[in-house]
Amino acid sequence: MTTDQAGEAGQVSSGWIADALREHDHSQRPENPGGRPALPVTDREQQVLDRIDRARRRRPRVREERITMSHGAGGKATQTLIKAVFLDAFRNPLLEPLEDAAELRVPASGGVADGLAEARLTLTTDSYVVSPLFFPGGDIGDLAVNGTVNDLSVSGATPMYLTAGFILEEGFPVADLTRVAASMRDAAAAAGVCIVTGDTKVVQRGKADGCYINTAGVGVITRDISLGVAHAQPGDAIIVSGPIGDHGVTIMLARGELDIEADVVSDTAPLNGLIAGLLDAVPDVRAMRDATRGGVATILNEIARAADVGVLASENDIPVRPEVRGACELLGIDPMYVACEGRLVAVVPGNSAELAVQALRAHPLGAQAAIIGSVVADQPGIVRLKTAFGGTRIVDLLVGDPLPRIC
Amino acid sequence: MRFVDEFRDADKAHALAAKIAALCEPGRSYKFMEVCGGHTHTIYKHGLEDYLPEAITLVHGPGCPVCVIPMGRVDDAMHLAARPDVIMTSFGDMMRVPGSQGSFFDAKASGTDIRMVYSPLDSLKIARQNPDRQVVFMAIGFETTAPSTAMTMLRAAAEGLSNFSVFCNHVTIIPAIKAILDSPDLRLDGFIGPGHVSTVIGCRPYEFIARDYRKPVVVAGFEPLDILQSIYLLMLQLSAGRSEVENQYSRVVPWDGNVVALKAIGETMELRPYFEWRGLGFISHSALRVREKYAAMDAERLFSVPGVRVADPKACQCGEVLKGVLKPWECKVFGTACTPETPIGTCMVSPEGACAAYYNYGRMNRSRVPEAARAGQS
Repeated sequence: MTTDQAGEAGQVSSGWIADALREHDHSQRPENPGGRPALPVTDREQQVLDRIDRARRRRPRVREERITMSHGAGGKATQTLIKAVFLDAFRNPLLEPLEDAAELRVPASGGVADGLAEARLTLTTDSYVVSPLFFPGGDIGDLAVNGTVNDLSVSGATPMYLTAGFILEEGFPVADLTRVAASMRDAAAAAGVCIVTGDTKVVQRGKADGCYINTAGVGVITRDISLGVAHAQPGDAIIVSGPIGDHGVTIMLARGELDIEADVVSDTAPLNGLIAGLLDAVPDVRAMRDATRGGVATILNEIARAADVGVLASENDIPVRPEVRGACELLGIDPMYVACEGRLVAVVPGNSAELAVQALRAHPLGAQAAIIGSVVADQPGIVRLKTAFGGTRIVDLLVGDPLPRIC
Repeated sequence: MRFVDEFRDADKAHALAAKIAALCEPGRSYKFMEVCGGHTHTIYKHGLEDYLPEAITLVHGPGCPVCVIPMGRVDDAMHLAARPDVIMTSFGDMMRVPGSQGSFFDAKASGTDIRMVYSPLDSLKIARQNPDRQVVFMAIGFETTAPSTAMTMLRAAAEGLSNFSVFCNHVTIIPAIKAILDSPDLRLDGFIGPGHVSTVIGCRPYEFIARDYRKPVVVAGFEPLDILQSIYLLMLQLSAGRSEVENQYSRVVPWDGNVVALKAIGETMELRPYFEWRGLGFISHSALRVREKYAAMDAERLFSVPGVRVADPKACQCGEVLKGVLKPWECKVFGTACTPETPIGTCMVSPEGACAAYYNYGRMNRSRVPEAARAGQS
């Protein structure tokens, strides 16, 4: 700016308002409150809300020129990236539902004679880049096994076989790798799966951060079920299998950057046993998701979007450990967005809700299962939360990247 | 959780809602500005407006630190960060604020060394670890954050650290409130005073509002019951025809402020003759710069910055939103071209920004609690 401008600004303290008003008058906007006194406020606000709703349903487009950390955070940017880049490139009916695992139908050996024309398999894959590699309650190894086991399990399958691919950085201690492998072995044994094939690559120092793991998994669906968040209907209940946010907060504190100490451990665990119990008791479960990156909030949004329904959750009913809540309060993070690695969200018909909660509570991993909300017909596509304070607010998809590299 | 749940008690909120509703005169409408972005965030995050009668409107004020940073200053910071000898450090809020050439996040993705810190002391740590690089702290915020910048500078000076500097963008709240009060296009009935700023400056600086402009001010805490109670206190004042400064947040805010913090600011920083606020233009004596005595820690003196004034995008109406003239949804690009993932204006960036708060939390059909719905009915 020039000295002249400075003098002006100094002398006329409210000159900026006149400027702003002039600009304001120039822009002939329909919503201009100083302009035509058209519609009552509530109607105009509703028009804007409708316009936003239309904008949100448009085909997503990646506007950034480069990948940022937000693209990996599991929120809006991740979904945009997946839809605009990967779904566009690979589009096929199996991929399109964007469930945690794809369902494949393959001719069964023995065929029609067994009364089974085809076997239903599910396939999934996931990469693990968590930092630090070892954290209270687990490490990258059991995370890599449990994560893939859980993606298969929530699709209604019995997990069977896993692959393991390793990308190792030059200089990574062999002792650490041995430790990771041992915990993968133990996790696989606990989940009842076998790691049957794998791959190893080593990159130069500085080109990776110690150890990255990719696992893929195959499961088989033996029940007569069809799960998917698009099946959610008004009247359904939404259940979470236990306290949320343990894993994300554990990782954040384990990095030691925040100088906060709390007695929390990761919830990483295989969910196949818990889910088998749930499906035995409530065969008409409509959908399940494991609440990893993006947390429970993201799943609720996926339900609202995929089934074009409203979701109404109650903050008081969502189980969160006091330690996790405390850390989140201090850091200004909403536990609804914090990752879990051993929790699932299930959508069940309203009249099966109590039964489902009982079935989950019968298993140690589901001891604190709770109904957290319901599927409703009004305001489709939007997740609303009844706050503990008694007000109502929206719970949207996460924007930005509060907790990088949690899994 | 103790010290949190007490301030989010729904039963008490219903009781306050009934008292507030009872004070509403039939046919009269009330406009209160919550100056601070932290309040805006609380109001939306807890759905506080459900408890207010239709006659009471909350107007969101200019007290959101990143919202008021003009594009030119972001560009200046980018210019500094792009120097190979510089490590730029910044609060997370600032990372997504768009300059004319993108945000810190975009620059980081292109390889610029920009690091997120939780406190300016973290920047000091980075400076100790990288003695061959100049570590610049992007200092933003009102009187709330200025003391921590000041204390960090004092510590750096005490340690004799020569590679730490501050790009100072601290602003002061009173000139902004004064400008809003002088604005002819906004009729306010009272102010919910900024709690965190007041922990530093105290309550006295607001006395002119009550005395000269005859508007009540209640300095408020950041839990939803704090704000609801403050609205009740404002309504009480109005119904009794009073205009005073009251301190609802007395558990934290001393009437005279924090003398130690004020001294630290005074030691290291001084008022600038003028400073540009995003969307609001130049306001005199509204910001702080590093004092001559600490010139070695002033990034603006150490490195040349372009200092070019960059006009906001034409479509952006952050200025009107910051002044409370427009509600977030009344901006023509709100929610369509400008969203939290691709913000055009600063109000959509920070969780404390009015637009981001409304978009993330309030974008729905609201229903009022029965106590509030009955207001104004006899």
